[in-house]
Amino acid sequence: MEKLLAILNEIDDSIDYVNEKKLIDGQLLDSFGVITLVSELEDAFDISIEASEMIPANFNSAEAIWNMVQRLQEN
Amino acid sequence: MAYHTLLYGFVFLPLCLIAYQMVPQRHRWKVLLAFSWLFFFIISRKLLIYLIGATVITHYTGVRLELLHAHEEKEKEEAAGRKKKEIRLKYQKRSRQVLSLGILMLLGVLIYLKYYNFFIHNIESIIDLSFLPFALHEKNLLLPVGISFYTLQAVGYMADVYWGKIRAEESLGRTALFLSFFPQIMEGPICRYTDTADTLYAGRALTWENLSEGYIRIFWGFFKKLIIADRLSVIVGEIFGNYMEYKGAVVAVGAVAYTVQLYMEFSGCMDMVIGSGQVFGIRLPENFRQPFCARSAAEFWRRWHISLGVWFKTYIFYPVSVSGIVKKWNSFGRKHAGKYLTRLVTSALALFPVWLCNGLWHGARWSYIFYGMYYFTLILAGMAVEPVRDRILALLHIHPDSFGWRTVQIAKTWLIIFTGELFFRADGLRAGLHMFRSIFDGFEIRQLWDGTLFGLGLERADFAVVAAGCIVVAVIGSLNERGLIPRIHSLRLSEPVKWCTFYALIFAVLIFAAYGDGYQAVDLIYAGF
Repeated sequence: MEKLLAILNEIDDSIDYVNEKKLIDGQLLDSFGVITLVSELEDAFDISIEASEMIPANFNSAEAIWNMVQRLQEN
Repeated sequence: MAYHTLLYGFVFLPLCLIAYQMVPQRHRWKVLLAFSWLFFFIISRKLLIYLIGATVITHYTGVRLELLHAHEEKEKEEAAGRKKKEIRLKYQKRSRQVLSLGILMLLGVLIYLKYYNFFIHNIESIIDLSFLPFALHEKNLLLPVGISFYTLQAVGYMADVYWGKIRAEESLGRTALFLSFFPQIMEGPICRYTDTADTLYAGRALTWENLSEGYIRIFWGFFKKLIIADRLSVIVGEIFGNYMEYKGAVVAVGAVAYTVQLYMEFSGCMDMVIGSGQVFGIRLPENFRQPFCARSAAEFWRRWHISLGVWFKTYIFYPVSVSGIVKKWNSFGRKHAGKYLTRLVTSALALFPVWLCNGLWHGARWSYIFYGMYYFTLILAGMAVEPVRDRILALLHIHPDSFGWRTVQIAKTWLIIFTGELFFRADGLRAGLHMFRSIFDGFEIRQLWDGTLFGLGLERADFAVVAAGCIVVAVIGSLNERGLIPRIHSLRLSEPVKWCTFYALIFAVLIFAAYGDGYQAVDLIYAGF
């Protein structure tokens, strides 16, 4: 989780990722931010993220992103 | 029979409402389907066959994909460990083939009908095709109304089933209704299955609340379309139709007038569409969110024609951003080019097909392709200068959310929008370039008040009505932007207030709508796309 928070902070350090639950719905993270994050996550956690995973529910909070990463690592 | 006609508002829609309410709840969606196909038949006659064909392809592609998902799950349950991955890959390949075939068939029809003549015309202008053993001539092809909208909706549905985001619809009739629901068939919004399915098939009984609020929304659409947009179409038609005769401020006024006309018309049509859904208790997604409050070109497109933007983002931008070529660039770029350039090129690779398709989606014209590339360049340039801009703002101690800076950004975005719409409306790319250049040729600001504008087909009173209408729309938009409309709504408007609003809209339309001598009925612009 700390590794994920470090990646998120590098993209935009003005957001409180621990408490923020509406990264996408609140338009804090736009589509360019999402694709940057996806490529960072793929590198850092050795996973492959398909377009089908790129939905608000998977990116609205650090916790949701972490859950997606763990699920993809298990597959 | 477009949505702004009396026939639709006072005959077709009420008849459908009566039939809908008379049948049992579980059959109500069938009434909506029957009226949807009737609506399509009235406006497109035998071209209904294309819609039926698209429905059959979409439905059975979805069913086949669902079947493959079920087989995959069954095999996975019976298999152990590493074999599961092999099974997943095997079914992924099969599903991809099924999806590709479905998309190819649907897009094939759209491309043939919409772009065949454009391609032949351009190829012929480059090379002589007479050496071919068969003749390739331009054809008189009829384009079914709404094909660009329902094709995207169908492709989105199939992709969502392929990704496992939704389960395929088992009933052919229900798939047919999803694709053909009459309020949205002409101009969208391009709905995703999850946007509408729950309310579309629910068959909820009519309620006074839904009827009254739905009809108020429909009349709000009439207000924008008939009072403002149709009036502006007079001067827009004059300036763009005779563009060689105008220059300077008059052409600039033409660009602004067309932008306002397009917004009032398209968003007004969406009000009629969403209101028409609401009277049945069916929720359709909003397609506009105060686009003129946008602070950048990218934000403008998150507020204007939202459903098209979401479609492109979901089914083109994201898939391209995780495609092999982009991933290869990402790993190469991070090692050799640095984060800034890697991010910029990644965004460019994913954005380019989006804006090429956006331009082409509007029609087979070079000016539309230019329009797409115009926004591609501006959005990318906006990203490129972002770090420098932030540093300058910090140096000058300007807060990015300060009123002054917001105003500058909004004004800059307006200029971008007006220029883009000038090329969009111009009769071809050459005409667009000529008009753009002519703005700077003898620009005289006094043309705005010295009476020149009154020679364009509208009188002073018409300008006053347009201005007053725009102020009303701006005030409502401003309340919406501040989130006050839902709060006012939650107060539950009392019946007298509701009736007053309704009567005010009816009388405004009756008194001020652009009809009678000097006016021609104006077709819905986006229905032509």
